[in-house]
Amino acid sequence: MIKFASFFKTFSQVRNMSQTIKLKKGFDLNLAGKAENKIIDTPQPDTYALKPTDFSGLSRPKVVVKEGDNVKAGSPLFFERNVEDILYTAPVSGEVVEIKRGEKRKVLEIKILADKEIEFEKFKNYSASEIGSISKEDAIEQLKKSGGWTNIIQRPYGVVANPEDTPKAIFISAFDSSPLAPDYNYVLNGQEQYFQAGIDILKKFTAGTVHLNVDGKAEVSQLFSQVKNVQLNTINGPHPAGNVGVQIHHIDPIAKGDIVWTVNPVGVAQIGKLFIEGIYDTSRLVALTGSQMKERGYAKMYAGACLNKLAVEGNDNRFISGNVLTGEGIGHEGYLGYYDNQITVIPEGKQEEFLGWIMPTTKKLSFHKAFGMLTFLNGKNKEFEVDTNTHGEERNFVVTGTFEEVMPMDILPTYLFKAIMAEDYDDMEALGIYEVVEEDVALCEFVDVSKNPLQEILREGIDLIKEG
Amino acid sequence: MKFLQKKFDQIKPLFEKGGKYEKFYPIYEGHRTIFFSPDIITGKKGTQIKDATDLKRVMMTVIIAMIPCLIFGMWNVGHQHFIATGVEASLLDKFWIGILKVVPIIAVSYGVGLLTEFTFCVIYQRPVEEGFLVTGMLIPLIMPATIPLWQVALATVFAVVIGKEVFGGTGMNILNVALTARVFLYFAYPTDISGDVWTYFGDKTPVDGFSGATILAYGAEAAANGTNMLELAGNHWYAGMFDFWNMFLGVIPGSIGETSTLMCLIGALILIMTGVGSWKIMLSVVLGTLAMGGLFNLTGGNSFMEMPAYYHLVIGGLAFGAVFMATDPVSASHTEAGKWIYGFLIGIITVLIRVINPAYPEGIMLAILFMNVFAPLIDFYVVEANKKRRLKRATV
Repeated sequence: MIKFASFFKTFSQVRNMSQTIKLKKGFDLNLAGKAENKIIDTPQPDTYALKPTDFSGLSRPKVVVKEGDNVKAGSPLFFERNVEDILYTAPVSGEVVEIKRGEKRKVLEIKILADKEIEFEKFKNYSASEIGSISKEDAIEQLKKSGGWTNIIQRPYGVVANPEDTPKAIFISAFDSSPLAPDYNYVLNGQEQYFQAGIDILKKFTAGTVHLNVDGKAEVSQLFSQVKNVQLNTINGPHPAGNVGVQIHHIDPIAKGDIVWTVNPVGVAQIGKLFIEGIYDTSRLVALTGSQMKERGYAKMYAGACLNKLAVEGNDNRFISGNVLTGEGIGHEGYLGYYDNQITVIPEGKQEEFLGWIMPTTKKLSFHKAFGMLTFLNGKNKEFEVDTNTHGEERNFVVTGTFEEVMPMDILPTYLFKAIMAEDYDDMEALGIYEVVEEDVALCEFVDVSKNPLQEILREGIDLIKEG
Repeated sequence: MKFLQKKFDQIKPLFEKGGKYEKFYPIYEGHRTIFFSPDIITGKKGTQIKDATDLKRVMMTVIIAMIPCLIFGMWNVGHQHFIATGVEASLLDKFWIGILKVVPIIAVSYGVGLLTEFTFCVIYQRPVEEGFLVTGMLIPLIMPATIPLWQVALATVFAVVIGKEVFGGTGMNILNVALTARVFLYFAYPTDISGDVWTYFGDKTPVDGFSGATILAYGAEAAANGTNMLELAGNHWYAGMFDFWNMFLGVIPGSIGETSTLMCLIGALILIMTGVGSWKIMLSVVLGTLAMGGLFNLTGGNSFMEMPAYYHLVIGGLAFGAVFMATDPVSASHTEAGKWIYGFLIGIITVLIRVINPAYPEGIMLAILFMNVFAPLIDFYVVEANKKRRLKRATV
């Protein structure tokens, strides 16, 4: 049986067969505040910040600039101790105005007062036809030096990849199924050349396949469908179908000892641009979403842009860098996360509700159908207004079977969480911790009636096993 | 509701750190969150929004699903009382007797149970959890109407302390808490919870020829002495008492809430439609029962074994146990595959105990408790299978 499977796998790799995956489990959160496909002119923020905390697994950043230094976009700001050649670079040019530290002098933000005209550090540029002949070593060198390498994420652990590894495959999810997520067909429109160049660079790093996974539910732009040197797979299903971890699980799962790399499609285009234009340009179209966002659409922003010039409705809002499931509340004065292509603004929910735990309602968003929770009566097209209220207090695990309904992977979430809480390394490994990162359990955290911080628990487990 | 909020705000300082009653904060909070769902917001990291359903609503759904059983049970207590004493009575009269007998049991169960719960919350400084809301209603429904109230109190304390708190509270227990209460009484005070205890007489005397035996007692008799169970039951002093449909409707003696299969089915429907109770467990209990009952039908031996297998579904507490007890998510199997095995074995063991072991006429209680103990083992093998599937991939 095993032999047959392995034969079949080799066969399928040789043929470079694209796969179609159909997923049933999951849950689409249909929220109010979608981004329209239009460009919104937002005033350029004055300050930008690179936050070491945006990079999972980065524990001891060594800052190489001082307050008052002038930097260009692409100039190094810090690196992880002992990994001195992978540089984390400035997204914009300007003056370093503050290095903000927290407890134990942990670096939180490196703030840059941006120039009016962004000046880029120059790296070597190539014509499209030369991309193929760049050596793997040269490609890695340019990526590490410019900061572009940070777009390459390794599984297991979901951390910046180690250039010395050779991944068995590279996965790119061409769509985001998260609530109010940006449409990459729109975001990358016109960047065909960069995207192809990015793919061609990535192809050098793996002996296996570069998988590009597109949404089976939506029309796929030519940018993705025409791209060469990839295996194009189609994924059907509700969220989290767009999570690259879910896709890996079904296409070519990670076993112990396996390493695969993942790159966000926006990161692929940035890598391509680095080689075509010779600059590391982190600007991208960011989706402005959420019920409190004044104007919803896409705005061009560099990584780390300050949100304080964003126009919103109402006063008491949650500013989320990313989406409502995996994003981070950063405040109106906060800075866009390094990897985030979306900003969501929703109202805070700091109010009590009289008998809110039992009153029948059709207005609240719930995966469940417990007494009086009549969400399901609305049909699929109803858009829900949501706030940040937890709708209940934290409890022990009681209800069983719900996590499995929103987890389209052969993983038993409750047992994995319990193994983490018990710090049982063998069980964590055996139950599939290598296959998941926070975003893969975000829906479990959302539907959990016991309101446990499951993404945090998972990250603790990943940190344990990574160090263990 | 501003008024109530203000009242709570006024007394809040007393319970906060440094306040006079700071130790009792969990109780203050427990009460406030019954009136108002709390104003807690999500953290900076993790999901920024949460599902609108919480554990309270889930638990409340179970209680609502039990209401048909409760209302019917109260009527039936009165009904059994009047037919046993040979008095014609109206619906309301019957209901009134039921209220007089059942409401005190519920009050004691909730009162004593919540007091125990609060005590532990104060000792361990943890929030009041919702688990007892369901347990407090389950306990009365599985007691005979004639149960002395002090026994209800004792059993409730025993169940909450030994059945739950020693394991760490709601979500940590191994045995179903309400069944722990019942099994405690069953072995501590057997004469009050088995035999002729099902009918309440008050100061009246029963009619001539009265027997308060349940159909299970006829079965036990058949298994022990080879009597013809269904023939004897058919000649019941009250004509038609143990007809199939009469038993299905539940107009028979028994514990307060367990007699009516119809009401249990309504409860099952509510639990399944709301997704709160596992249909897999309910269905597999039924399948296990029919399988074992059917096997006895084939082998024969005595009239209980020959009783049509589907009779098992309407007699005793099987339907109630399958719908409300076996599905307790904490003490049941936690894995989806495990739920099938767990339920099926409950069905099999229930029939085995009923038919083979006449010492315990009702099998469902012990079968569920038995499988509660084995549920972690079933889950263990399901989880191991998951691990093996993952390991297999590594060798490819």
